[in-house]
Amino acid sequence: MPGSDKKQKNEMLQGTLDMLVLRTLITGPAHGHTIAHVIEHTSDEVLQVEQGSLYPALHRLEDRGWVSSYWGASENNRKAKFYKLTATGRKQLVAETSRWRQLVGAIGRVLGEVEG
Amino acid sequence: MRLFRFIRRREKDAELALELDAHLQHETDDYLAQGFSAEEATRRARLKLGSITLLREDLWQWNSLGFEGILRDIAYAVRTLTRNPGFAIMAVVVMALGIGANTALFTVVHSVLLKPLPFTDPDHLVMLYERSVDTNYPFNIIAPGVYAEWQKDAQSFERMAIFGSSSYNLSGDSGQLPERIESVRVSADFFPILGVKPAYGRVFHSSDDQPQAEATVVLSWGLWKRRFGGDPSILGGEILLDGSRYTVIGIMPAWFAYPDAQTQGWTAFHHEILPKDLTALDNHSFQAIARLKPGVSMQQALTEVDTISRHLREQYGANLPAISLGANMRLLLDDLVHDFKTPLYVLLAATSCVLLIACLNVANLLIARAASRRKEVAIRAALGGSRWRLVRAQLTETLLISLVGGSLGLVLAYFAIHWLVGLRQDMAREEAIHMDWVAIAFTVGVTLLSAVLAGLIPAMSTSGRASLAALQESSRSHTGAQAKTRLRRLLLSLEVALTVVLLIGAGLLLKSYQRLRSSDMGCVTDNVLTMRLSLPETHYPEATQRAAFFDQLLLRLRALPGVSSAALINVVPGQGYGGDNIIAIPEHPPLPKGQVQIARRRFCDPGYFAALQIPLIRGRVFTDQERLDTADKVVISQLLAHDFFPGEDPVGKHLVVDALLDDHPRAYEIVGIVGDTRHWIADPPQPMMYFPMSSGLSRRAVIVLRSQQDVNALTIPAQQVVQSLDKDLPVAYILTLNQLIGASTIEANFTSTLILVFAVLSLVLASVGLYGVLSYLVEQRTSEIGVRIALGAQRDQVLGLMLLDGLRPAMIGLVIGLLGGAAASQLIRSMLYSVRPLDAATFGAVAVALIAVAALSCLVPAWHASRLDPIRALRVE
Repeated sequence: MPGSDKKQKNEMLQGTLDMLVLRTLITGPAHGHTIAHVIEHTSDEVLQVEQGSLYPALHRLEDRGWVSSYWGASENNRKAKFYKLTATGRKQLVAETSRWRQLVGAIGRVLGEVEG
Repeated sequence: MRLFRFIRRREKDAELALELDAHLQHETDDYLAQGFSAEEATRRARLKLGSITLLREDLWQWNSLGFEGILRDIAYAVRTLTRNPGFAIMAVVVMALGIGANTALFTVVHSVLLKPLPFTDPDHLVMLYERSVDTNYPFNIIAPGVYAEWQKDAQSFERMAIFGSSSYNLSGDSGQLPERIESVRVSADFFPILGVKPAYGRVFHSSDDQPQAEATVVLSWGLWKRRFGGDPSILGGEILLDGSRYTVIGIMPAWFAYPDAQTQGWTAFHHEILPKDLTALDNHSFQAIARLKPGVSMQQALTEVDTISRHLREQYGANLPAISLGANMRLLLDDLVHDFKTPLYVLLAATSCVLLIACLNVANLLIARAASRRKEVAIRAALGGSRWRLVRAQLTETLLISLVGGSLGLVLAYFAIHWLVGLRQDMAREEAIHMDWVAIAFTVGVTLLSAVLAGLIPAMSTSGRASLAALQESSRSHTGAQAKTRLRRLLLSLEVALTVVLLIGAGLLLKSYQRLRSSDMGCVTDNVLTMRLSLPETHYPEATQRAAFFDQLLLRLRALPGVSSAALINVVPGQGYGGDNIIAIPEHPPLPKGQVQIARRRFCDPGYFAALQIPLIRGRVFTDQERLDTADKVVISQLLAHDFFPGEDPVGKHLVVDALLDDHPRAYEIVGIVGDTRHWIADPPQPMMYFPMSSGLSRRAVIVLRSQQDVNALTIPAQQVVQSLDKDLPVAYILTLNQLIGASTIEANFTSTLILVFAVLSLVLASVGLYGVLSYLVEQRTSEIGVRIALGAQRDQVLGLMLLDGLRPAMIGLVIGLLGGAAASQLIRSMLYSVRPLDAATFGAVAVALIAVAALSCLVPAWHASRLDPIRALRVE
């Protein structure tokens, strides 16, 4: 079925997106628009955040208690919803990051032999 | 967490809307900064974000509890079902019957066969038996001498107890009506082995279980409540059993019903039976129960007692030819329910078949309906209803049907169990049959399973691709519907096959039952009244007293108005075993070592044979003068003459019978030969010998009365006659001979009738299915048939074509069913009576009946097809 295939891809991206969002918030609270831009910028425009999936992701993270939110004024002096990393979110980020590093390392080791 | 989200769902949605709005504004700001026009900036920002509605829907869905969809499905299912109430009612009724029957049968199987016995550590309780010389009885009751050897030598058991059933005349000191109670004589270890404590008082100590001890009795809860008004002061008091005083030492709890529910009292074994009667190695008359030592396996224990028994056989077999070949053993639970295992499992299998057919039928009806709703489904699919949603909607519908059906079924099962328990008082552990949480859980499980089965089959057939085709399809073509039709035919074949299996089972059992009921008892059975009595030893110690009583009794019975004949015998035909003896014929050379001749023993008055119309074949019956010590004549049955006097005239020869009177063998002269009678309806006649009742040797008698009018009217007068002779003497088991015989065929009657009901139900369901499928086919092919007729096809041809179309799945089902039936008939082999499992007549009748019903249910739609008006058929479009 084509449906299940798509779903799988989404899920994979989602986990990664969560990690990236958390990482972005480590420098301080930010609203959705900023988060998207920061991710795109820092990745040298390699990672294009699908804005549609960003907001559901933020709500899920908030629901899990990894981020908290408040409404405030943005740099453009517009009203915006800011997200802030919580203590559990920080812990989660550390865990996710190390897991990711392990994964990348492992994949790197496997792929390393092909190079050269 | 989820609930919390759900409660704040609206708030969250509003917040997301604001947030997304803010995002758009920021994005627009960015584009404006890059120099786009305001309009273009807004457009680009929107484009980049994507559909806001979709995002909000996404979050809304995520914040949901997941059951709004289900609620919607239920509402939809209710709407669909109420729109077609005929279908809904039919489906619910079919499911209710299927689930109800299954729940009832499961409850019985679980309560009777599976639930552990309510005794301490019941897995260690075993019954001991002897393997009889007659290989037909591998589980024969035991001889007391053998039991004594087991008890002395066997190491595998913690304890062992011996017991035997008996009955007593229970009478009162102050003119209460006497009654006869079934009771059991048990040795002191009996209750401790079971681990059962009395409700009041105590059970037997080993000091009570002695010949010299004071007479004691333990009463059943039922007898205590009924006869003694539940008065606790009866404890320590005395009651009269067979005219002797017994001290009531205990009352058993209400639930306790061992060895059976008829038992109303327990007395001490060794008090009731004298030590001199407990030495015989070959007089099989008692039962033994034992508790295995922990860690000892059944096999070890069996080997041990078997070795002891084999040893006894080797040692004494030469002189005692009736001594058993070895020992046997089975778990107490197996022992109790042994006779009911196969019939109950067969019934459960039958109800499972019915339920399966019910599910298939509902599935079939659903597919038919789905076919007529193909466009609707296709439109829903096209509008974005996912496949899963469509399947879920279908499942919700069958779940609804099953749940309503299951609830009704539960109610149905409740009444069915009630009815069944009332009807089958003969069943072991009948008192343990209750609907408990296991049965309820079973019902829920079966209900869900049925829903999934009935729902998934049609749901699977609604494939996405076919739906699309449905939108393009015109009603003239029917290619898209073919897959569905094939599935329906397959289901139909299955239904028919299961029905055929049930029909074959029902046919075989019914035939068995009819053979059983029509087996020749060897005597007249219509309008014969029987009632039993037993003269207690205390009041009638001497043979002369007994003979005098019976003489008087007969005289007065015959004088009763309306009595055309009255007779006495110790055991009537159909009542059972009744005792036997080893016989020798002095005129014949001695038998080879180890061989025995055994004949059933009866005592009757001379008028008995004429009263029951048992033909006198040769010689004469007794005379009234042959009584007491002069009663040295014997009448034998035809089979005894045939078996033991082949090719010679037995009249004038003698039978030497052991231990009839006392321990001295005595020769009896054969004076006549009478026709054979059956002691048990399902068993062929056995060699039988009749001694005069007026010999006074029998304490027991069955009064046999015949009349020109309804013999039941003699019940009270006959009892009054007995009362007038002895006011403390009760009569028991007042039954007509047909009732007596009927009671022993209740099992066969019950099982065959129930299975027949199930089979007919299945047949109706299957024919409804056939009718449905063919009607659907005809409707599908209306225009095609129209074209055929327009082009000159004969109506007969069309009729034949359609009939064949409908009958094909039925034929396939029939063949599968016949094969299945052949397999199933092997499983019920043990329940068949003089019918072979592969009874050609039954199989043939079932096949013919099925084809007839199938043809009938196909005829109507096929007829419609052949009568189609081609003009109208072509205009159907």
